[in-house]
Amino acid sequence: MKDLYQGQRSMRNMRRQAMQRGVIAVLDIGTSKIACLVLQFDGPGQFRETDGVGPMAGQSNFRVVGTAHTRSRGMRCGEIQTMAETERAIRTVIQQAQKDAGVRVDHVIACISGARPASYGLAGEVSLEAGKVAQYDVARVLGACEVPEFGRGREVLHAQPVNFAVDGRSGLSDPRDHSGEKLAVDMHVLTIDGDAAGNLVHCIRRCDMELAGVASASYASGLAALVEDEQELGAACIDLGSGTTGVSVFIKKHMIFADAVRFGGDLITQDIAKGLRVSYAQAERLKTLHGGVEATGRDDREMIDLGGDTGDWETDRRQVSRSDLIGIMRPRVEEILENVAEILEAAGFDFMPSRQVVLTGGGSQIPGLDVLAARMLGHNVRIGRPLRIQGLPHTATAPGFSSAIGLSLLTAHPQDEWWDFEMPAEAYPAGSIRRAYRWFKNNW
Amino acid sequence: MQGLNPFGHRNAEQGRPAPVRHAPLRPAPQPEKVTPRRDPAPSRFAYRLNRMMLRPLMRRLIRVGLPAFLMAMVGGIWLSDDTRRANLTSGVEGLVDKVQHRDAFMVHSMRIEGASDVVANGLRAMLPVTLPASSFDIDLAKLREKVRMLDAVEAVDLRITPGGVLSAVVTERVPAIMWRHARGIELLDKTGHRVASVTARDVRKDLPIIAGEGAERAAPEALALIDAAGPILPRLRGLERVGERRWDLVLDNDQRIKLPEDGALRALERVVAMDRAQSLLSRDVLVVDLRNSIRPVVQIGLEAQNAIRRARGQVEIGPDGQPLDEKSKASAGGKITSKTGTDAKKT
Repeated sequence: MKDLYQGQRSMRNMRRQAMQRGVIAVLDIGTSKIACLVLQFDGPGQFRETDGVGPMAGQSNFRVVGTAHTRSRGMRCGEIQTMAETERAIRTVIQQAQKDAGVRVDHVIACISGARPASYGLAGEVSLEAGKVAQYDVARVLGACEVPEFGRGREVLHAQPVNFAVDGRSGLSDPRDHSGEKLAVDMHVLTIDGDAAGNLVHCIRRCDMELAGVASASYASGLAALVEDEQELGAACIDLGSGTTGVSVFIKKHMIFADAVRFGGDLITQDIAKGLRVSYAQAERLKTLHGGVEATGRDDREMIDLGGDTGDWETDRRQVSRSDLIGIMRPRVEEILENVAEILEAAGFDFMPSRQVVLTGGGSQIPGLDVLAARMLGHNVRIGRPLRIQGLPHTATAPGFSSAIGLSLLTAHPQDEWWDFEMPAEAYPAGSIRRAYRWFKNNW
Repeated sequence: MQGLNPFGHRNAEQGRPAPVRHAPLRPAPQPEKVTPRRDPAPSRFAYRLNRMMLRPLMRRLIRVGLPAFLMAMVGGIWLSDDTRRANLTSGVEGLVDKVQHRDAFMVHSMRIEGASDVVANGLRAMLPVTLPASSFDIDLAKLREKVRMLDAVEAVDLRITPGGVLSAVVTERVPAIMWRHARGIELLDKTGHRVASVTARDVRKDLPIIAGEGAERAAPEALALIDAAGPILPRLRGLERVGERRWDLVLDNDQRIKLPEDGALRALERVVAMDRAQSLLSRDVLVVDLRNSIRPVVQIGLEAQNAIRRARGQVEIGPDGQPLDEKSKASAGGKITSKTGTDAKKT
């Protein structure tokens, strides 16, 4: 875990460099769409309270100067399948975003949606010698967490301290200077497949960009789509993407669980293409223009031209009723939501105080989805659009951009991770020069 | 198919076999001319080039540096040829010359007002060009400075009037006083500025004369003193500056009035008043010393001294201050004896 610690710390340094330069790119590599936002950090003080502009949820210190999105290539289930194709898609979108912004971008923060995420809740406990929690003790208790066997080739993507407890006083977000005998921590660790993450890093390196951070896409879309109260009281964000359906559960403004279903809207399109024997592009068009999940009597009479460009007149002039289309789409949507419900059940979502479910992502734009999801997942369901951030063009405010927008919010205000704390001294390898340096520093 | 038959009614031609209709030849399949779809992604090289062009230094270089360099290079190459350069300079000069020598800018004559012939000739000689000339060639400010350097000129108003006339209105300095010094005689105006040199005193007998080093700097004071002299003016030979700080009034008969450094005018008025009251200056008085205002001193002449000595029954003294009978063994320091023997008579 030491390599990871160093790797993540070096990414934090990259992020700091990017902040000094003031320009950073945010890259959301999805299965069907790649989005890139170029953020400019002007620092705080751009608006004053007297101007009637509040802190704007802490995101008034940056603005979007360039936006680009293009069709993704070589991706499958949120993972990179063909490296060269994905690299080209990344090049395309970054060049477009740079052109839009008019500045050169060297640092990028990316998010990864697939790669089989797995959540772990870790607990650690240390006794306090000083009778008081010091900065050093926080790092020590984080290092004292029992690490389960993640499995071969897994890498830690997030390791966030969620809750601190001092002598049974639980629910502390900052335990420093508390008096007590014992300090305990609950940590949420999200691991992903190491090879998939390595592929992503490699692709970004090939585009001459420095990687300043990696985040989980379901976490990022949760940040963008959930309002502050929902994050505080407990909510689940379901990001209906095209290749994956991400699920993230938030409480007390911390993510406590994240997972992803390995299929999404792409599968619906494939079903339509197979069921109606149309091309994939045509099926996508039918889905977005006429799709739905709740059939009414009127939909029986509403005939849809299938269209097409096969060259066969009879084939191209076929018509289906909208009910037929809904009949194809609905079982697949139900299947996705069933999987989501399973995940939520596994996460213990039923025992949360507030069981708000927020649907976001491109798939959440299917008409009637909220009714179906309310029936399958619980009552408190709403369709979440991402937060408005400064300088974002209107074309990029759709639910499909929620993970990109959440990633830019995360860039502006990064969550404390394990690697943000100084590693305890005993974790350094014995005989290290740094240890000697510390000893000298402490004793002289 | 029968419905398509245009001839007659259906009943009339029942049983007729359908006409043989050959299937028309299908057009030969055209070779597809679709060009392979271009990859929308930029190539690695294009991507890198694009990113390089986005660097601020590069952008400034392309947008400012390259055009500037190209312009400089084209200009340099064009100018590297000697004939082109000569053509260019001669062309520019010709154009400038043509504009400057337009009739509107030409100066044909010079008019000098208020100057004597000598000064006027000097002024004409100072003109850097021969008339007629372009007014661009005449630097009026410089010329004005040069004319002002002439001692005889107090102020000059130079201007080019419409019609191509260079008009110079000269105010000459008026000589008010004469100054004799070791190097000759000069005429000064009332401020003490030099006007001209003269060879002899006789040239301007009407002017008073002053002498001594630094006398010209105190010329205004000298003029005031001469004005105040009044009744003794006919006897005044001149003023002498002593030690560059105070004035001596020199009258005929070698009489001398020593004036103090400060308040010379008041002292002179006092002497004039004494002269009027007691005819002081018509007596045998060599020096009236007013340098100390609370104690004026009069040095009387030899005749008067001897008259006093005779009345007292003392031995008379000669012009060297020695008693006449002891003249044979005259010694040095006679001057001192003369000084001590001088009787000061308080008035």
